[in-house]
Amino acid sequence: MTSSLFFNITTIAYFAAMVLFIVYIVSRIQAIGLTATGVVWAGFVANTIAIGLRWREAYALGFQQAPLSNLYESVVFFAWSIALVYLLMDLKYKQRAVGAFVIPFAFIFMIWAQLGLNAEIQPLVPALQSNWLTYHVITCFLGYAAFAVACGASIMYLLVIGREERKGNNQGLMGIFPSAKVLDDINYKAIMFGFPMLSLGIITGAAWANYAWGTYWSWDPKETWSLIIWFIYAAFLHARFTRGWVGRKAAWLSILGFAATIFCYLGVNLLLSGLHSYGS
Amino acid sequence: MPAKKNPIDALWDFFCSLKLTIVTLILLAATSIIGTVIQQNRSPEEYLQRYSESTYRLLDSLQFFDMYHSWWFLALLGIFSLNLIACSLKRFPLVWKAVTQPRLVADNALFQTFANTEEQLLKGKSSSEVGEKVSAFLRQHFAAPVLTEQDGALHFFAQKMPYARFGVYVTHLSILIIFVGAIIGNLWGYKAFVNIVEGTSESRVWPRGSNAPIDLGFTVRCDEFSVSFYEGSNRPKEFKSLLTVIDGGQVVKERHPVIVNDPLSYKGITFYQSSYGPTGDAQIQLQATALAGGETVDLSVRQGQRVDLPGGGTLRVLSVSQSYQNFGPGAQLEVVDADGKRSTYLVLKNFPGFDSRRDAAYRFVLGDFKQRYYTGLQVAKDPGVWVVWLGCFLMVVGSMVAFFMSHRRIWVRVETVGDQVGVKIGGSAHRNQPGFELFFDEFKKNLKSELAS
Ligand code: HEM
Repeated sequence: MTSSLFFNITTIAYFAAMVLFIVYIVSRIQAIGLTATGVVWAGFVANTIAIGLRWREAYALGFQQAPLSNLYESVVFFAWSIALVYLLMDLKYKQRAVGAFVIPFAFIFMIWAQLGLNAEIQPLVPALQSNWLTYHVITCFLGYAAFAVACGASIMYLLVIGREERKGNNQGLMGIFPSAKVLDDINYKAIMFGFPMLSLGIITGAAWANYAWGTYWSWDPKETWSLIIWFIYAAFLHARFTRGWVGRKAAWLSILGFAATIFCYLGVNLLLSGLHSYGS
Repeated sequence: MPAKKNPIDALWDFFCSLKLTIVTLILLAATSIIGTVIQQNRSPEEYLQRYSESTYRLLDSLQFFDMYHSWWFLALLGIFSLNLIACSLKRFPLVWKAVTQPRLVADNALFQTFANTEEQLLKGKSSSEVGEKVSAFLRQHFAAPVLTEQDGALHFFAQKMPYARFGVYVTHLSILIIFVGAIIGNLWGYKAFVNIVEGTSESRVWPRGSNAPIDLGFTVRCDEFSVSFYEGSNRPKEFKSLLTVIDGGQVVKERHPVIVNDPLSYKGITFYQSSYGPTGDAQIQLQATALAGGETVDLSVRQGQRVDLPGGGTLRVLSVSQSYQNFGPGAQLEVVDADGKRSTYLVLKNFPGFDSRRDAAYRFVLGDFKQRYYTGLQVAKDPGVWVVWLGCFLMVVGSMVAFFMSHRRIWVRVETVGDQVGVKIGGSAHRNQPGFELFFDEFKKNLKSELAS
């Protein structure tokens, strides 16, 4: 039983769930939606086991480190976080169709990790040997995952709202989508969870930087981008109190926020230079 | 025609506007990108390699090379802070009043603002009897009520978590506190570096971007520096300096290990392991045997130093290397024998017999040689950092309260209507209305059956 076996199962499960969600939207058969959610649960369990096994494998090699040490490990952890936040959202709202717009993110990250990234377990360089790394990464990724769910809900919102406004209700292919009101609520609630997580992520990052380098803030590109995301979601939260900035504009802010999140996570490492590039 | 506002009021309204908040936040987000695309605080030469002269001038005049300290970015942060302060000043007194002097009596107008109300008429009971039941029920299932008697009616008011309303203000205040901490750090702190050679001490450090050193007021000695690697690879595992702090002639910390991610702090000044490098010449251990007399000596020499050999010759180490052309540690020696004849030897630690030549006068065995290192330390003093952490703590607590706690209020009016007793219930929550509605529906139902019994 190796972690890579369970990572394969995870990838397949997320893929199957994604397909089932699409079939569910087209067919509107409740049982299929329920199956799709069940498959996400299975994938999430496999994902958890895989990360746990990998942790053990690293210890067996003599590396005392949490499985968050390189790009591969962070990507599979991101997929895990997305599945977790999605499932929590599903428990609360039971809006199965949202899965079709969220689980693809988890699948894309898994398949990219599996096919495109180096899965070798490597020891941490001195700069990353700290417990702060674990707190920092976990809080950031739970935040990012909540933003992924918010982004999925926002895309659905934009698809639904035009139709609702024109016809008063939405039918056809999107008949099974939640109403604009519910989607708006999911969007807001997800960001309400993600925003404090991101704040904690930035704060733990600052605490770590201060501990390790003596400055809590140095305008490193990664730091700056996380602050940019924070500004965007702060704007989103305040948009609710301002007439004219709710609805569509809030949905676009949420999508923009997630695009910036992805850039912060990947673009900064791949395109810009700074402290945070995972060892190449 | 609307009356023209006087400029002070107009300015006040401008800074109280939440649209300004959104615009400022988005502008801060957008402009922050610049500094992640253009590398900050490099030398003009580096920029000129990358940009043309005219582009360089333009970017420089816009302060894009140190944009997070540019006048326009600081101005944006200033507007942001003023907006925050003005908004809070405007709203806080109202919220304070709502919490400390709640409306104990709900009139019909207030009842009409609630999304959720309920009316009930009861026969054969006195209003004080009903009032007692209401009071007990509220206490048991919600919160202890305040009773106000007015115009012959009993008004009950109960509330939960009124302080939840302050979460937003704590969050906003926390941002200002973080700014204050950052300003304190900028005014009274510094970032500097110092290189200390093993075995030597320093009492001054050099701040970044300045030539004048800062006196620490105490002395730091580097006793030892070492670097270790992961087995079978060139990945460094650990850089370690052993530092001793001497203050007023007293050793206050002795051979304190400083590694990456584990600094040394003394008197508010923190030393971080940052870099290292070799310094000076290595000390080399050699064993020399004069083949003529058979006499053997142990030598300890520095590179370039000339020392005497048994039998009248002299020796000088020309060069040493930890890996001599992949043969491992090696040294090149120059020997001048008693007759003045000059010859060179190559000795390899791992191949002791390598240089045994027929005409040689000496045989050498290379022992350990130790390279002296200097340790590069970053030195930081930031008296504002605790203020920043206080702000961060308040931000986390404040936003948790703001997001996840809700101020819930319930009003109940009990009055005599003809020969019956009328009971009117209303409630509101300052956030998470759906959650409150679920609770309130249940609450109404139970209260109703309680009163009917
Ligand atoms: C210029 C800056 C800002 C101004 C003027 C401002 C103003 C406001 C106002 C008026 C409210 C509504 C309060 C209410 O009536 O309930 C609010 C809510 C809030 N603000 Fe700010 N704010 C600013 C910046 C920020 C920032 C940077 C944060 C980031 C932590 C933040 C966090 C919050 C939170 C968490 C809420 C509650 C949101 C909600 O209930 O959905 N604010 N702000």
